[in-house]
Amino acid sequence: MSAGPPLLELDGVGKAFGGLRVIENLDLVVAEHEIVSVIGPNGAGKTTLFNLITGLYRPDAGEIRLDGRNLVGLRPHKITSLGVARTFQTLRLFLNMTVKENVMAAEYGRTKVGVLRSMVRTPAARREEKEIHRRAEEKLSFFGERLMGYRWDQFAYSLSYANRRRLEIARAMATEPRILLLDEPAAGMNPAETHEITELIAKLRDDDGHTILVIEHDMHVVEGISDRVVALDHGVKIAEGSFEAVATDERVVEAYLGVRGAEAEAGPG
Amino acid sequence: MADGAPDIPAPPDARDRPRIGVDEWVAQVEGRRERYSGLRGAVERRWERIPPAARVLLFAVPAAAFPYVTTEGNVFRYGLFTLVYALLALGLNIVVGFAGLLDLGYVAFFGFGAYGYAILASPQFGNHWQAEAAIPVVVVATALCGLLVGLPSRRLFGDYLAILTLFFGQAFVVFVNNANRISFPFAGHVDLTGGSNGLPNIDPFDFFGYKLEGTRQQYYFLLISIVLVLVLLYWVHDSRTGRAWRALREDPLAAEAMSIPVNRLKLLAFVFGAGTAGFTGAIYGSIATAALPGDYDVGLLITIYAIMILGGFGSLMGIVVGAVVVSSVPELLRSSANARPLFYGAILLALLVKVRPWPRLAAVLAGLVGFGFAAHAIASAAYPRLVHGHAIGSGAFAHAMNHWMLLPSHHEKIADVAYVFLIAAIVIVPQLKRLWRTVLIPPLLYLVMFVWENLLLEQIGGATRLILLGALLVALMNARPQGLFGNAYVEIA
Repeated sequence: MSAGPPLLELDGVGKAFGGLRVIENLDLVVAEHEIVSVIGPNGAGKTTLFNLITGLYRPDAGEIRLDGRNLVGLRPHKITSLGVARTFQTLRLFLNMTVKENVMAAEYGRTKVGVLRSMVRTPAARREEKEIHRRAEEKLSFFGERLMGYRWDQFAYSLSYANRRRLEIARAMATEPRILLLDEPAAGMNPAETHEITELIAKLRDDDGHTILVIEHDMHVVEGISDRVVALDHGVKIAEGSFEAVATDERVVEAYLGVRGAEAEAGPG
Repeated sequence: MADGAPDIPAPPDARDRPRIGVDEWVAQVEGRRERYSGLRGAVERRWERIPPAARVLLFAVPAAAFPYVTTEGNVFRYGLFTLVYALLALGLNIVVGFAGLLDLGYVAFFGFGAYGYAILASPQFGNHWQAEAAIPVVVVATALCGLLVGLPSRRLFGDYLAILTLFFGQAFVVFVNNANRISFPFAGHVDLTGGSNGLPNIDPFDFFGYKLEGTRQQYYFLLISIVLVLVLLYWVHDSRTGRAWRALREDPLAAEAMSIPVNRLKLLAFVFGAGTAGFTGAIYGSIATAALPGDYDVGLLITIYAIMILGGFGSLMGIVVGAVVVSSVPELLRSSANARPLFYGAILLALLVKVRPWPRLAAVLAGLVGFGFAAHAIASAAYPRLVHGHAIGSGAFAHAMNHWMLLPSHHEKIADVAYVFLIAAIVIVPQLKRLWRTVLIPPLLYLVMFVWENLLLEQIGGATRLILLGALLVALMNARPQGLFGNAYVEIA
């Protein structure tokens, strides 16, 4: 199912570290307002895929286009400014900054007052600062009460694990992305929180109109949110389609359970 | 969508679960802080209620009154150097405290500023520029120099960056020591830096004919500069650039992924840090009236870092307080009349804080007093020579010491041996079990006082005060690793 014109296109992308091929000849299209999940066993190349899209790694082959513009070779901050934001699987918040400052820092690419003007607080600098505050509050309010009020002035290190994951998402939203890459947003969350994050991702698309590419291991989440699922194994796309189709795909079951496991699953005969 | 998935546990009824976003533990953080009882809680709450502008005044007003309550010599000895250190540390704070770039070559920019001003305003080249022209030129030149050092450091972080900048710092020292006969294509041999003799007879600042010659004028000029820099830095700290710097300090990769151009901001931090150092260098040159290569070496670097670590990385107020402590404590300790109360006061304070509950404290103090009298009695009966000496100084305290402390008439060797024992004991005693620790504290304290009265107090003007400053830093880093005013979260593995 495609929700609109293609926004992010990967065309024959490959990446190898020495002799280890992490991504091989990968084609992927994400349409506007679509939620696509990437699944695959550990080491399948999912996070590498994100690192390639956001410019942390440079692909050895292929092209990555955002709305037709080639992203290969651009610096990561430039790619983010063009509209690709991500969260990190391992949580990389600015721990010694407050919750609100974390979000405000991510608005760097969207604002322009330089250091000299903010040093003397010109009227333009003050106006922009006010706008940054307003937008950060708006992003944080997206999570209901969880990151509001007194939380704004708390340091990120004092947050609970689930709130850190939420703050990562808020920070990524603050760059005003066209496509949001979420790397395991539900990892380490309890069932209630997982449920909440599932609803939140849907809300990100429905209310805010974000396009979302998400890596997730929790199949309930994947089933709950995905318009389309892409399965990777050893850097190769092994299946693509609706959740039902991919989840029952022979090669996907094999990748997760091994060949013998897959045979047992299929039953005797 | 989620509705179709029967396996996802439905959230319990909203009324039954705790209010969203208020998990117990985190919600209590505020309450816990509020509940710090006694002096500590009161001080902390008061401090947080003071608006930032008033905090500057809290430092600026006493500092402005300082020359009126003391002598010109004191203003020179305590005041000028404290302010120079503070201004220098504020610049380093941009690079290390804000942007998190471990810069070990920073002092070279300070030296560059001093030599730069010396070249523009000393008999060396016959230039006698006005300060209003010389200062901007020096600051801009030093900032450009910072840009040059920053360029090759762009891709480096942490210890690699530290080594590279240390190289630049040392290269500067070697350069100024040898740049007294550089040969230029057309000018022939030029004496640029005076070699190891430095550049003497630097002009005082001359603003439109008004010369800053007296200690007081220089002091106030420095004070105004610091207040100005404090305000500017405070504004930068809470601006787009300041936040980007701090994000870069916390996690460069995440910062880059959040649309922050990390390389450009690193260069910017280097430029602003170097500019501040150059400004301070020009001031220092005009005050010291000479630029000497030895002034810009690793020793100063360590002092400036000590100030920043003591005050807390990234905290502007902490740096000012750190500068006051680091530059005035060694000066105060020069005379034994000051050193003794400070020393015993610190010991008493440490006991009050660390030895709990109070019966244990009382037992320790009683044990100490008893141990002293017993030792004194045994020694005067067995080896009278051990108590024939006299405590340094006069007054009731020295008098009491004569009857309580072992004061050998020829003490050098005994005290030296005791010093070695003391260091060993300080290492060993904290490792012991609680009961043994309590039992051994009184003899240990007595040993401390013995070494203090017989050895350290005599050399108070020399090595002792530096040893004490070192001990103070060690103790503080154990008690508050984030520094006095820092609020960084420091994980101790």
